[in-house]
Amino acid sequence: MSVLVYIESEDNKFKKSSYEALSYGKALADKMGVKVSGVVINCSDTESLKVYGPDKILKVENQDLNEFSSKKYAYAIADVMKSENASVVVLSSTPDSKYLGAHLSGITDSSFVSNVVELPESINPFTVKRTCFTNKAFSLTELTSDTKIISITSNSFGVIENSNDPQSEDIDIKSIDSNQKILNIEKESGSVTIADAEIVVSAGRGLKGPENWEMIETLAETLGAATACSKPVSDMGWRPHSEHVGQTGKPVSSNLYIAIGISGAIQHLAGINSSKVKVVINNDPEAPFFKAADYGVVGDAFEVVPSLIEKLKAR
Amino acid sequence: MNILVCISNVPDTTSKINFVENDSKFDTNGVQFVINPNDEFGLTKAVWMKESNDANVTVLTVGEQSAEATLRKCLAIGADKAIRIDCPANDAYSVAKEIESHCNEIKYDLIICGRESIDYNGGLVPGLLAGLLDYNFVTNCVNLEIDGSKATFSREMSGGTEISECQLPLVVGSQKGLVEESDLIIPNMRGIMMARQKPLDIVQSQGVKAKTHDIKFNKPEAKSEVKIIKADELDKLIDLLENEAKVI
Repeated sequence: MSVLVYIESEDNKFKKSSYEALSYGKALADKMGVKVSGVVINCSDTESLKVYGPDKILKVENQDLNEFSSKKYAYAIADVMKSENASVVVLSSTPDSKYLGAHLSGITDSSFVSNVVELPESINPFTVKRTCFTNKAFSLTELTSDTKIISITSNSFGVIENSNDPQSEDIDIKSIDSNQKILNIEKESGSVTIADAEIVVSAGRGLKGPENWEMIETLAETLGAATACSKPVSDMGWRPHSEHVGQTGKPVSSNLYIAIGISGAIQHLAGINSSKVKVVINNDPEAPFFKAADYGVVGDAFEVVPSLIEKLKAR
Repeated sequence: MNILVCISNVPDTTSKINFVENDSKFDTNGVQFVINPNDEFGLTKAVWMKESNDANVTVLTVGEQSAEATLRKCLAIGADKAIRIDCPANDAYSVAKEIESHCNEIKYDLIICGRESIDYNGGLVPGLLAGLLDYNFVTNCVNLEIDGSKATFSREMSGGTEISECQLPLVVGSQKGLVEESDLIIPNMRGIMMARQKPLDIVQSQGVKAKTHDIKFNKPEAKSEVKIIKADELDKLIDLLENEAKVI
């Protein structure tokens, strides 16, 4: 028995969310009294993983996996699961990890619980706490199958240093045929993505028009944050759909969520509820968002935001 | 072309979430159930394909009789046929297994499921189904074109969009963007009348056992009172974020 963590990388660099997944995997393995291994795909320098405590680093180097493929990656991890006799696989909550995770559970007939926010309450039976009803509630969920997959919500467990001197092992995997091919990837330039962000700056209809987003982008840049928006703003085409956060958009679980000119409809609040600290800037003191916020500024966004940027820059 | 759209019957987005039976079950009392929003984008796309790709659209749900009103609505939107697999939707695994067994009997070229349901948010059924059937798979799908047996599609990924192609069959996890919200088909009177004549078949379940179950639910603790900072005292806000909340 062991715990296996899939360590996601992009352009030969590990994602921060993977360090969190590894920290979680280490704590879980300690609780279960077993070893934890991290599997990396086509990423040669694994030095930075040591501090998060893996007992073993499994390196898969395979030309066939140069491009991400949910199916090929899922089969590769399924191979490793078998050879490592892994009983629990830990994933982060990035789009790619969730994409391949569901595939993996289908291939390996494992139970899968996503949006996990804490270490298991008990190992036998195996019960974890996860969010459900779009962050309006938590569920204590039992996983009953022999092999289990869990994906953890970003920023829920945190990155914990726990240095170890892991063995490193090269792993060969069976090659898998797939007629699914990537034709092109269109990257948004230079911005922090909502899924990876520790801070999210989000704005709504209160901004009056897409031409006023420059100050939102500047504030985000100043804080190293991702930009997001409310549903009406993406529906009106002021901002791309990929920025829409809320119940039918993206979930946000950042450490800090700053909402500017967003009234706080129940669907929006549901999507951002698992963010730790919420700041609301709104000129309407009756905006429902203030009830869900930690800190509030009642004022005109067009005055408050530029002044906030100035003060942050002067810091 | 045969399209299957899998429908999850979920509480309306404005529903109050409460639990009963010692917090072990969702309280459906007074809750309005609707088509899961992510499924609805997929359903509209499928109905468009009836014309553009000469497609046949079947909608399917795994659920109890109470889900039939939602299936009728799907028929009114334009699906040709509805199927209800008669068992409670216990977890993603058992639901995907039930759908898999139906798909082994009737072959579909394209299977569309919402990216995730807005109640349990697992986001598992489409991927599980693709894994079980060994079909191609894309989730967070924001564009889809089918030409003969070839599909071209985009998915939203971290910080961008990925465009891919594959041969059918394909399982798609649909979301907003696949069709725009303003383009969602709203059933008209004619559609509602026609839906009454369309077949809604009830299929016996395979009795698949769930692999996960919810033991207990709870709601987040009530928030402490918001701290209001004056608009001309933003230094105080920065200080609080830095030293009290420790998030910047």
